[in-house]
Amino acid sequence: MSNQFLEFEKPLADILDKIDALRGASMGDVSLLKEIQSLESEEEKLRKKIFSKLSIWQKVQVARHPKRPHISDFIPRLFNDFDELHGDRQFADDASIIGGLASFEDIPVMIVGHEKGRETSEKVKRNFGMAQPEGYRKAKRLFKLAERFSLPVITFIDTAGAYPGVEGEERGQSEAIAQNLAIMSQLKTPIIVIVTGEGGSGGALAIGVGDHIAIFEHAIYSVASPEACASIVWRSSENAPDAAEAMKVSAQELIKIGIVDEIITEPSGGAHRDYDEMASLVKKSMIDALSKLNQLSTEELLERRYQRLLRIGS
Amino acid sequence: MNWLTRLIPSIGKEGDGAKTKKSKVPDGLWNNCPACEAILYQPELEKSLFVCPKCDHHLRVGAKTRLAIFLDNGDFEEFGSKLKAKNILNFKDTKTYEQRIKDAVSATGENEAIVTASGKLRGIDIIVAAFEFRFLGGSMGGVVGTKFVLAVERAISEHKPFVCFSTSGGARMQESMISLMQMAKTAAALEKLKEAKLPYISIMIDPIYGGVSASLAMLGDINIAEPGALVGFAGRRVIEQTVRVDLPDNFQKSEFLLEHGAIDMIVPRAQLRSTVARLIGKLYKNS
Repeated sequence: MSNQFLEFEKPLADILDKIDALRGASMGDVSLLKEIQSLESEEEKLRKKIFSKLSIWQKVQVARHPKRPHISDFIPRLFNDFDELHGDRQFADDASIIGGLASFEDIPVMIVGHEKGRETSEKVKRNFGMAQPEGYRKAKRLFKLAERFSLPVITFIDTAGAYPGVEGEERGQSEAIAQNLAIMSQLKTPIIVIVTGEGGSGGALAIGVGDHIAIFEHAIYSVASPEACASIVWRSSENAPDAAEAMKVSAQELIKIGIVDEIITEPSGGAHRDYDEMASLVKKSMIDALSKLNQLSTEELLERRYQRLLRIGS
Repeated sequence: MNWLTRLIPSIGKEGDGAKTKKSKVPDGLWNNCPACEAILYQPELEKSLFVCPKCDHHLRVGAKTRLAIFLDNGDFEEFGSKLKAKNILNFKDTKTYEQRIKDAVSATGENEAIVTASGKLRGIDIIVAAFEFRFLGGSMGGVVGTKFVLAVERAISEHKPFVCFSTSGGARMQESMISLMQMAKTAAALEKLKEAKLPYISIMIDPIYGGVSASLAMLGDINIAEPGALVGFAGRRVIEQTVRVDLPDNFQKSEFLLEHGAIDMIVPRAQLRSTVARLIGKLYKNS
């Protein structure tokens, strides 16, 4: 477990190691139990303190945490009867994007989201959450299906970006992304977008146009990864922390400029500390957003979606 | 009076009253072709629409020159030229974003990386946009997106076809998410154009990458590329670093795009006017 701690979390890991050691030695010793309790409250205080003032670069690391919850962790906690739907009907099924039908609070919905994978073999299968054109085309197919049956769409964003490769270029990566932007902007059903981890570039936006954009407290969203921006602007990817600061990638900055509508608070110490609590916070956000959007007619919904896009950068 | 100077005085009759500077044509009478290094005589180059007569390489031209050689008599009325970018994120790298804009304005005489205008193509009234690559690599920030949408909305309200010459390095890093969202904003406006049953001809000019390629450039009802234009999502170097393979010479060139089904046709610069006019003539009923 302690190898899953980030550099700035080391003081927490040290306390937790101490607690583990004391637990092993305690054998019901009352004085040791007291010491454990006081260490636990110390850890909690320190955790809250560290996470209340993360730098933007530290947030980038939390957003990419190896134990960060993914869409696969949220589906069983948020939805019932998930039926995964596969394939773009043209070329392949891209496992870096998961999609399908499910019930949310007894309403049928369409879910689409990036999945990075966690174990090595799964990461490879999921291509680290970096989609090829067929991933975006599968998403497009599911969006259109949701529209036909008036199902709300919920998307989960967590990707470093669309995959930069030869095959993707041959099969029209740009066109696949562009089509999704066009189609989502006019899709006649509510779309809720939740940025759970890393919102990277066009590969994120390709499933990210919607009516309510929520972002996790320690998630990030930017036009390019901090490393890519650094190598373009500073001519060195080592300036990634500078680029992350300059691009204002954090949820707290993005809400100020109207890119996102809501920040979903994470459990103390980050979403990876408690998947269940995180899921219940997401659930509350989804219920609120859906009930608000349900009051709008389709015309109002689309006009509102268009106007929110027009406002950005005007 | 040569061909271009004859056109220049008619360039830039402003819709919104701003003063336009002349488009910059490479200085001096002699130039080298960047592809074959042939020595080119400027007046000859202008006559050939800045296409190398030796190797057929299509040289890059500025946005206003582009409009002048495309539209009837080189005439167009620019609109939206006063819009200028703001440093909303207070972005600073080795220079501030304000300084970068200032430098780009003085280097190009444009206020932003896109020029939007109305004009005539073989007698048909059209709305046209052209990216200015020399302005921060033709990158798309909030103002570029806004001007593009203004142009599309104008095409809709005046019931005119829309043509865009895209050439861009992609998103503008200094505007991060504001820049990224322009991809969705421009795509959304083009959906409105589609609803209004007006044609959008996207003309791809060397080079187009990233956020502009993955939005407005690929969304043409008809996608046209000039010969030899590089168009892709990720740059060649990024791909080589990621997958460590040797890429074919024609990778991401117009010919590659045509072969893989991304574009409808490759049209040499000298035939763009006649081709686009013919296509619009078939798609568009002026009713």
